[in-house]
Amino acid sequence: MFDIRLLDVPFDPHAAADRLAAATPDAGGITSFVGKVRAGGDVKALELSHYEPLTLPGMRDLAETARLRFNLMGLVILHRTGRLEPGDPIVCVSAASRHRRDGIAAADFCMDHLKSAAWFWKRELRGGTWHWIEPRAVDHADLARWSEKNSPV
Amino acid sequence: MAVTIHFLGPLRDLAGMDRCDVEAPLDWAGLLDAVAAPVAEQLRNERVNVACAGRVLSDKTALHAQDGDEVALLPPVSGG
Repeated sequence: MFDIRLLDVPFDPHAAADRLAAATPDAGGITSFVGKVRAGGDVKALELSHYEPLTLPGMRDLAETARLRFNLMGLVILHRTGRLEPGDPIVCVSAASRHRRDGIAAADFCMDHLKSAAWFWKRELRGGTWHWIEPRAVDHADLARWSEKNSPV
Repeated sequence: MAVTIHFLGPLRDLAGMDRCDVEAPLDWAGLLDAVAAPVAEQLRNERVNVACAGRVLSDKTALHAQDGDEVALLPPVSGG
């Protein structure tokens, strides 16, 4: 089961992981990461825009790369677009693998690429004004880990 | 038919619109002329990518958009 989607309405990331687990009975583990809008801060809303001809095809390429690199039995990548409220899930990556390290590494790998190498633009509503968010230096450093010769996996 | 230029992310705010149509064909010099000066300045930044007909150009200065093509101006991304 490989389920790669953009969603413009709120979704339940746990249901997605449950569906993956049900679809991959031979897997030894399901690794899931859920990114969400922080609640309790001064961010009142978040908006994610994308570019239709590139964003979903890029996510599918990422999934195929992860499938081959980590020998995955299944993978779910769900990513929101549009306006999100504090507490809303933004992204869910769930990987089904025979052994745990492949799944954990695959979720890490997919998130690093979604943060700074996928076609999304994010802005936050703070103090009544929208502010565009750029990837942080650490996001680029996280991404670079996967192409280094001494990459952990 | 024409070439449609799409302004993504913060470039949408700089341009004051999310898309516009210009006459085909469109090359790099034509693109820089077609957009507002602050957008053209951003385009010269190596971190800003250009896609044509659904493909990101490895050399954006080699842009050659034909009738009906979409040209997307892609500033640094931030997902997840």
